[in-house]
Amino acid sequence: MANLTINGKSITVDVEPDTPLLWAIRENVGLTGTKYGCGIAQCGACTVHIDGVAARSCGVAVSEAEGKQITTIEGLASGATLHKVQQAWIAHDVPQCGYCQSGMIMAVAALLKEKPKPTDADIDEAITNICRCGTFQQVREAIHTIANA
Amino acid sequence: MNKYVSPAMNRRAFVIGTAAVSAGLALGLDIPFGRPAVVRAADGSPEVNAWVVVRPDDTVVIRIARSEMGQGSLTGLAQLVAEELECDWSKVTTEYPTPGQSVARKRVWGDFSTGGSRGIRSSQDYVRKGGATARMMLIQAAANEWKVPASECTAAKSVITHTPSGRTTTYGKVAEAAAKLTPPAEVKLKDPKDWTIAGKGVSRLDTADKTTGAMTYGIDVKLPGMLNAAIKDCPVFGGKVKSFDEAKIAGMKGVKKVVRVGDSAVAVVADTWWHAKTALEALPIVWDEGDNAKVSSESIAKWLAEGLDNEQPAYVGNKNGDAKAAIAGAAKKIEAVYNYPYQNHATMEPMNATALYTADKCEVWCGTQNGEAAFAAVLEASGLPAEKCDVHKLMLGGGFGRRGQTDYVRQAVAIARQMPGTPIKLLWSREEDMAHGRYHPITQCKMTGAFDADNNLVALHYRLSGQSILFSLRPEALQNGMDPAAFQGVAQSGEAAFGYSVPNLLIEHAMRNPHVPPGFWRGVNVNHNAIYMECFMDELAHAAGQDPLEFRRKLMGSHPKHLAVLNAVAGKIGWSKPAPQGVYRGIAQVMGYGSYVAGAAEISVTDGSKIKVHRIVASTDPGYVVNPAQVERQIAGSFVFGLSALFYGGCTVKDGRIEQSNFDTYNSMRINEMPKVEAVMVPSGGFWGGVGEPTIGVAAPAVLNAYFAATGKRIRSVPLRDQNISFA
Repeated sequence: MANLTINGKSITVDVEPDTPLLWAIRENVGLTGTKYGCGIAQCGACTVHIDGVAARSCGVAVSEAEGKQITTIEGLASGATLHKVQQAWIAHDVPQCGYCQSGMIMAVAALLKEKPKPTDADIDEAITNICRCGTFQQVREAIHTIANA
Repeated sequence: MNKYVSPAMNRRAFVIGTAAVSAGLALGLDIPFGRPAVVRAADGSPEVNAWVVVRPDDTVVIRIARSEMGQGSLTGLAQLVAEELECDWSKVTTEYPTPGQSVARKRVWGDFSTGGSRGIRSSQDYVRKGGATARMMLIQAAANEWKVPASECTAAKSVITHTPSGRTTTYGKVAEAAAKLTPPAEVKLKDPKDWTIAGKGVSRLDTADKTTGAMTYGIDVKLPGMLNAAIKDCPVFGGKVKSFDEAKIAGMKGVKKVVRVGDSAVAVVADTWWHAKTALEALPIVWDEGDNAKVSSESIAKWLAEGLDNEQPAYVGNKNGDAKAAIAGAAKKIEAVYNYPYQNHATMEPMNATALYTADKCEVWCGTQNGEAAFAAVLEASGLPAEKCDVHKLMLGGGFGRRGQTDYVRQAVAIARQMPGTPIKLLWSREEDMAHGRYHPITQCKMTGAFDADNNLVALHYRLSGQSILFSLRPEALQNGMDPAAFQGVAQSGEAAFGYSVPNLLIEHAMRNPHVPPGFWRGVNVNHNAIYMECFMDELAHAAGQDPLEFRRKLMGSHPKHLAVLNAVAGKIGWSKPAPQGVYRGIAQVMGYGSYVAGAAEISVTDGSKIKVHRIVASTDPGYVVNPAQVERQIAGSFVFGLSALFYGGCTVKDGRIEQSNFDTYNSMRINEMPKVEAVMVPSGGFWGGVGEPTIGVAAPAVLNAYFAATGKRIRSVPLRDQNISFA
């Protein structure tokens, strides 16, 4: 058993303490927007926020996440108002297959919280998610649009 | 095409509910009586024809048979239908018919296969006719109601106007009547220059859900009572399961069943996938690895190298004059040997499928590039006839050719058959995905070029040795044993034709098929053929003491479309002017998938081993451009895919198995390594080429040729990581 706070709700999940947070979110909580890509914290498809910081949930045990504020892609918007990153993603038509984009969006949202006007160098350093479709150009443009808004 | 189709089952009525999975997939057919009868969508709205459903609120539902995997053809195909339909684009939505429904209606939606950059080019004609036919029927229905000639009516943005009287109605109001009409025998399609929806960079129709986590991929399927399966196939291709000791994991949490899958795999079924995977890793499995366990990258390389010997048999794919004689008598000749490795598709979403098998039904939910192939796989694996099977397609988390294969569908059905009544979601781990790909084929190539005394290229001998994809996957397509696709990009003619005229030319393929299963990997044979030919063209130019662009131009006089895209990139990158200090350029061109493409790169190199790519310019002539914004993204994405393979890719073989196991050993480019791609579209019209794949061919050679310009060193082997060359 683990007590998790996900998207502002307290949830008790019946999992072993060493279960990766990713699988607790996907299978036990049922929020499937957070994706499995590699399981070894390489690709970033499973990125969520833990206490506001981007984290690769496949590499975090639920026992480490207890008592912390976890935000998934489903909890990024404020009610019916999409987060500015989601809005920019729609405006720039960023996703191709879209599978990596939940993680990409969460990573970018965390970056912008820390650095509202990131330089290209800041983006290069902070955004290390894999996108096999190759949406990087649109990702970069969308980030700059938000920063310059 | 589908040999499992039962001829007795056409036009039968059935309704399939898929509400449990995802909205937008449900599509029922209701044909209660004889003709003329209205075919209805699941919500009761009338089908004007197979491609177009109009709801009373004027929403237009466009049916899409090809699969969306990121390439944007879902939107592009909808644009083509909407263009001819003259509907309000803001009210367009799409849905996938299922392969089972298509088969039941005599394949009314045609080919579902989404590969070979064919999504739009192979269906543009009939989907546009579908839109045009529906428009004419809707106009006729309005004319009938008004009792006026249809010729006095026009349609625009879903509104029909009777011009003389000024009366108007909407598609939603007349759709019911239109659906009862007999379709016109002939329709005239618009001239693309008159397009208002097609040809425009309209926003994709599938973006919003991809930003909120709401999009349902195969991995996200949830069905009542569903269990999850993790699988391990014999790591040595061709090996078998000897035994496994399920007692060892019997007490592990959540485990429901351990099953053998075919001869070669074992799956653990559990309440959650995490439990299934954890138990599978603890399960002792003994393999019969067979003789293939002796194969290594070294043994494959040695076997392929033997094929480069002219005394060995080879298939001739393109020939002109007498290359061997001309080389023998030439004033000067140069020779080089190149190689290209196996590559994994590494789609971000690992392979998966969910199957529900009962005594009288088998349904599968999955991402697939070929709904009909997946359907045929379900029939074969379930043993049930077509009318008792179906496939529900979901968004693909990447395809790149991998999801045109159906191995994972067969496995899911094989597991579900052993647990009737329980939906089973089979998901491969990333490690399983790396170990059991359908790999870009491995090849080597020896090229010899010969010059006369004036440094004119008089002969070229291109001898490829290596694997054939068709030999393994579509042997019926071989021509007297030859794989015609092996010559993609260097073929005599057709959609992947060689772009140079050489008086004495010999292009041949010594086929050698190692045990590693090959597959169609984005760009397919264009990838290595373009690297070999375009890098060697650069070598020839330097041997002749000529500028690589000018050297090519002299050979391209009879290939104006190849030349036009090459000139377009040369102009855009500023080839005639010096590059900035410390920056070096490379250029390449190729034809593939019916389109002409060229690319140029500007790079700098530090310490001979750290490459910074500053600029990429890419040009494409696909004939027509349906959505320029999406074509631009395909061009840029092609560079990410092609350069990831060049720098980081390469699957190696040891003890008969693939050594790379995850993204730590099979890496992919990140945002910091990728410059902006400046796309130059030069559609010349009159033909329909593909865009998803051809550009990959020029990505690597443009950079490799720039590397030579920077360092004077030729790289003839991929990937660069094996030579300690990396991104700066």
